[in-house]
Amino acid sequence: MKRNPKDLDAANSKMTRRALFLGGLQLAFAGGLAARMRYLQVDQADEFRLLAEENRINIRLLPPARGQIFDRNGLIIAQNSPSYRITVVPEDAGDVEAVIAKLSKLVSLDPEDLERARTEMRRSPPFLPITLADQIGWEDISKVAVNAPALPGVTPEVGLTRVYPQLGDFAHVIGYVGPVSDYDLSKMEDPEPVLMIPRFQIGKVGFEARREDLLRGKAGAKRVEVNATGRVMRELDRREGISGADMQLTIDAGLQNYVQARLGRESAAAVVIDCENGDIRAICSSPSFDPNLFVRGISVADYRLLTEDNYRPLSNKAVQGTYPPGSTFKMITALAALENGVIGPEETVWCPGHLKVAGRRFHCWKRAGHGRVDLNTSLKRSCDVYYYDVAIKTGIDKISEMANLFGLGIKHDLPMSAVAQGITPTKAWKSSSYGKDWLIGDTANSSIGQGYMLASPLQLAVMSARLATGRSVTPRLLKTIDGVEQPSGAGEPLPVSENSLRMVRRGMYSVSNDRRGTAYRSRIVPKEMEMAGKTGTSQVRNITAAERAAGVIRNEDLPWERRDHALFVCFAPYDKPKYAVAVVVEHGGGGSKAAAPVARDVMLQALYNGTPPLEAYPKADRSRIKAQQERLERERVKRPLGSRSSRA
Amino acid sequence: MSYLEYHAKSTPTGLRKVLYLNWGLTLLLATVTCVGFLMLYSVAGGSFTPWVEPQVKRFALGLGVMFVVAMIPIWFWRNISVVAYLGSLALLVAVELFGTVGMGAQRWIDIGFMRLQPSEVTKIALVMLLAAYYDWLPPEKTSRLLWVLLPVALILIPTALVLKQPDLGTSILLMAAGGGVMFLAGVHWAYFVAVIAAGVGLVSAVFQSRGTEWQLLKDYQFRRIDTFLDPSQDPLGAGYHITQSKIALGSGGWSGRGFMQGTQSRLNFLPEKHTDFIFTTLAEEFGFIGGVTLLSIYMLIIVFCIASAIAAKDRFSSLVIMGIAITFFLFFAVNMSMVMGLAPVVGVPLPMVSYGGSAMLVLLGAFGIVQSAHIHRPRQASR
Repeated sequence: MKRNPKDLDAANSKMTRRALFLGGLQLAFAGGLAARMRYLQVDQADEFRLLAEENRINIRLLPPARGQIFDRNGLIIAQNSPSYRITVVPEDAGDVEAVIAKLSKLVSLDPEDLERARTEMRRSPPFLPITLADQIGWEDISKVAVNAPALPGVTPEVGLTRVYPQLGDFAHVIGYVGPVSDYDLSKMEDPEPVLMIPRFQIGKVGFEARREDLLRGKAGAKRVEVNATGRVMRELDRREGISGADMQLTIDAGLQNYVQARLGRESAAAVVIDCENGDIRAICSSPSFDPNLFVRGISVADYRLLTEDNYRPLSNKAVQGTYPPGSTFKMITALAALENGVIGPEETVWCPGHLKVAGRRFHCWKRAGHGRVDLNTSLKRSCDVYYYDVAIKTGIDKISEMANLFGLGIKHDLPMSAVAQGITPTKAWKSSSYGKDWLIGDTANSSIGQGYMLASPLQLAVMSARLATGRSVTPRLLKTIDGVEQPSGAGEPLPVSENSLRMVRRGMYSVSNDRRGTAYRSRIVPKEMEMAGKTGTSQVRNITAAERAAGVIRNEDLPWERRDHALFVCFAPYDKPKYAVAVVVEHGGGGSKAAAPVARDVMLQALYNGTPPLEAYPKADRSRIKAQQERLERERVKRPLGSRSSRA
Repeated sequence: MSYLEYHAKSTPTGLRKVLYLNWGLTLLLATVTCVGFLMLYSVAGGSFTPWVEPQVKRFALGLGVMFVVAMIPIWFWRNISVVAYLGSLALLVAVELFGTVGMGAQRWIDIGFMRLQPSEVTKIALVMLLAAYYDWLPPEKTSRLLWVLLPVALILIPTALVLKQPDLGTSILLMAAGGGVMFLAGVHWAYFVAVIAAGVGLVSAVFQSRGTEWQLLKDYQFRRIDTFLDPSQDPLGAGYHITQSKIALGSGGWSGRGFMQGTQSRLNFLPEKHTDFIFTTLAEEFGFIGGVTLLSIYMLIIVFCIASAIAAKDRFSSLVIMGIAITFFLFFAVNMSMVMGLAPVVGVPLPMVSYGGSAMLVLLGAFGIVQSAHIHRPRQASR
């Protein structure tokens, strides 16, 4: 092709111009890039530096050690024990299944745990440790440690877990801890981050749950550098957590252990209160269970065993169970009548075996009647008619008021689960709860602690302590927090005349020390330890007129769940009250037969601070008591005090 | 007989050619590559494997290719540009049929010792063909419509093939480089205004098409654009790359965190840290100073090329040098814009620095042509 050199030159100079123009554009763009770099790297450097740190630094929480719980003598009740786990890092293990196979030859691995571990492995990145076995023994861990070279990726790890060395003795008081569940989290408004730690233990029931605030402690933290996939590269720094507060209970573990053993397999509850300061020395509910089972997660079979037992081992009958107090309530009716001038201590009531109230016959427990009855006799022989009579003259509201004064119908603030309020009925209460008017017959029923009246064993023990001292003794469970003594429950004097109280106490004394008293057989012999008490037998069924005519069916002939509840309340020594005890044996039959002996034994154990001498018992019973003491001694060996529990 | 061939006798011959190499340009390229070695060593955590070693080998190979290409007279390259163009089109078709799918796109052909990305070859072949075209075309015809449409078609054929892979980044690069050569050749500026206006229209049409049946881009391409426009929208998903890249870059500050001290890249927060995002690592570890230094070296290479292009008195040499310079510029400009959050993540490597075989080989081959033009430029007989 022919070209014109002039054209070519013109084209060339045009190209040069355009090349320079393009070069200029490129330079300008490069300048723009530099400006952008300046903006990001100089103007905004601090912000991006911060973001980079946030990226790389992860905060890992360090779980705090939970506060420990001791009894009043410093015996451990709830402690933290090292718990050993076997973990495997799949990435380091290579062939995980082969490693697991080798491992299971050394230690027994739970197939359920393994299945869970396999699922976890599929989900999580291969460099994160997976727990193969939890809470395994020291021997097993040693075996794993020794064979470590043959088990790539397997690490024995140590953590802390809650252990209750006293097994069932404190199950109802302390409750237990367990891993945080989604349900727990859903109940909390703003859950602490520490709760998100897998398998972190929190109090689920009882004291553990009620004082969770102080027991948990504050989590520590460590800052670690992580890469984009979350693998920890190194630890940067660490701040240890603050352990939870150590707590001391007012309970005497030795006495608690005795009481639990004494209640045996009965469905029963017993409470021992120190009259002087309200300290709860023992508070038992039977049957009990091993709280350690719950710490790791109870098996379905074990749990079913507990829930299907009609003796209800999981319920804390001492504070949660409410029962008609029966004749143990009579002191309150008597005090209300005395204080309101309805009857004098020497005045008598005629008991023909029943009283007609509003056209209906109210029976005394003794068909033949007690004849002429004064206050002392009415308590000693537990005459019902006397109380029907004085109660109707006093009126229900005044009786209830008196009951409240003595701690019935009042929710005592104890750090335990489901502390019951009980019921002390009034006219207003019935009309608001049932929408019905109060009947005169209701007063008669209430006067002997039946009908609507309901009280827990704890309330009955408080009542006894208040009767014994005339002070508003308040129950106290927590003795010290981190060594700081908690306020005493000695209480203020009650607005009840000492004279009336003395009369009632005198009646209670007769119950267990007069030959004709209902609890004479369960008396305490030594003069300086004599006990004052009151039996109670509360019906859980109605006795029909037809049955009464044919003869009331004896308890022994009834099915268990229809038998009467047996109750006994007492305090001792009579002269200078130290302890108040309340015992309720569900469907135990008569209070004098089923409850009074238990209460007496418990009282003696408390008074002597150990096994009492046989001389404290009536002569006739000594050989039987000796056998019982030996049996209990043997049984108590099964509940080793102070020793570490083996994994149950 | 063209101007070039007329003066060919005064060009150096034989081994004397080596002395006439553009040594400044060679040195700059080697410097940039060494920066690449340094960064690859750093992102590997202080190790020559897995990236530095193969990269050094490729650079040695590429350097050899550059020298060989430089030794061959520039008119040879002009004469084979049509063949090169057709060959690259064939490769693009081949990659469509037999290519290896990687990163959601068909881009590679495995040719034994390396993976070839035909789109890399295409960039250079297109520039060569356009330069040859305007060398052949009488200058006065340059702005006539018919003679404008022909090169446009030559640009659009490979662009369409690359877009089909799909590789949006490279197709935009192809169009920009082709357009640049046309501009330099003297096509009337009104055409460019018209094309840019049409482009803006097209972009708005593309966005209008979103979600309709005739959607013009793939969903992932739309997402990339979204992410570019607002990375905070999805910081752990698609916006992750840009967000993390900006964090790394910004945290470098004025003078950087020090060699091998960049936490973002060290801890893998940075994606593709050895390829597309290697500049981020450099900026994190050497800061603003390091970034601007590398940018300056790149710009110096461009300046050398422009000077060489102006010095070359024949149209083919000038146009091919400028075309290669534009391609090179587009590489690093787009890559840097991308990591700085100024452009969507389109998958363009940082030239000579990013880990990768075919891009480096092709670029060094292209600079071989630049060198060839430099050596064989017409000059006064010097005896």
